[in-house]
Amino acid sequence: MKEIEASAITRAVAKLCQDSNFSLGEDVLAALKKAHQTEQSPLGREFLSQIIENARIAREENLPLCQDCGTAVIFLDIGQDVHISGGDLNKAVEKGVRRGYEQGYLRKAMVKQPFSERINTKDNTPAVIHTEIVPGDRLKISVLPKGAGAENMSRLGMLLPNDGQQGIIELVLKTVEEAGGNACPPLIIGLGIGGTGEKAMLMAKKALLRRVGEPNPDPEIARLEQEVLTRVNALGVGPMGFGGTVTALAVHAEVSPAHIGSLPVAVNLQCHSARHKEVML
Amino acid sequence: MNITSPISAQVIEKLTAGTSVLISGVIYTVRDVAHYRFIQALDKGAKLPFELEGQTIYYMGPSPAPPGKVIGAAGPTTSRRMDAYTPRLLAAGVKAMIGKGSRSAEVKEAIKKYKAVYLAAAGGAGALLASAIKEAEVIAYEELGPEAVMRLTVENFPAVVANDIHGGDLFERGRAEYKKD
Repeated sequence: MKEIEASAITRAVAKLCQDSNFSLGEDVLAALKKAHQTEQSPLGREFLSQIIENARIAREENLPLCQDCGTAVIFLDIGQDVHISGGDLNKAVEKGVRRGYEQGYLRKAMVKQPFSERINTKDNTPAVIHTEIVPGDRLKISVLPKGAGAENMSRLGMLLPNDGQQGIIELVLKTVEEAGGNACPPLIIGLGIGGTGEKAMLMAKKALLRRVGEPNPDPEIARLEQEVLTRVNALGVGPMGFGGTVTALAVHAEVSPAHIGSLPVAVNLQCHSARHKEVML
Repeated sequence: MNITSPISAQVIEKLTAGTSVLISGVIYTVRDVAHYRFIQALDKGAKLPFELEGQTIYYMGPSPAPPGKVIGAAGPTTSRRMDAYTPRLLAAGVKAMIGKGSRSAEVKEAIKKYKAVYLAAAGGAGALLASAIKEAEVIAYEELGPEAVMRLTVENFPAVVANDIHGGDLFERGRAEYKKD
């Protein structure tokens, strides 16, 4: 059994909220630089240069990459042999979000009662927290600040079982085409296939944590990822929606068995500012 | 192409979809709630926080300014959320808008009718675009936080003409050009 202090979780979350907003992952940056080389549209290349330059300025000046510092989406993979002491786990996480967003001069975006008054909570809480119990005695914390522009373009398709691979591709193409420039392409496309409606959505979001372009270990799923990527990049949407050959940097699919009567497919779009940071306690 | 804001009618005439521009001068931030309040004020004949005639508005809500900075990250938000209000503001004199993403058919018609222009800036380049903002002052609705109306002075703020008075549409044209069947 390993003891982890709640205060250590707060400190870790606060730091991850800031790091993820200031510093784009090396994998994302490498994918953007590659896109800059392959993009055929001159205007697309011009805006990819701006995105790459933006990452440099943000990192050097500790400025947020994007003014939309997102909903703080937090994944906790909790080893079953971990004991958290000195406070409530969820409260420790919320305290970390509050501290990270305040001390990092990050924009606070969360509003209460979203269907009516929409009063800003002023500290970017509550976070959206997903916990999973896993083997071992470690606690993995992943923070993924998710902007509204891309999240608003998410889709869940409860497809018919016989819609198969073709149905999945059509749903993704429709989603990306409708999103256009609003979702800030080039995108990383998270796909959750199977399970139930809510499980598909969660898989799609969690797929965004993968290193950009790392294929699913299952060869059949990896082939689907490639096929979807090729088709998406043939849409012509391009960087910022101005037209071009790079609409997505990668497609990450997670798959789970489904009911004989179901084929849930979730599409979660990630903008080019693909911010996430992890730590293992 | 270097342009000065407020943008003159002669310059707007020359701006065509796909032209990259660097904007210098004064622009105003106006987002969702401020749009709603502007329309209410116009309905009542009340005074607006600034005179709309000829002005450029920027769909943007910044992150807080860290110590020593004029403004925090300051990139564009999704323009289509303002579409319902835009024709009214163009009728009231607004001549240019800066945002991200495509516009509705009604907005595109209004751009032609009122001889205005829609410019798109790089979504998600908040730190880069902040470096083009030299002065920032909240002039109305301070209680809205990032949605307050601000007067910004910008220098060489990069954008591209997305919709022009001649009916040119960068989003449609660009997609058609690179779409593969």
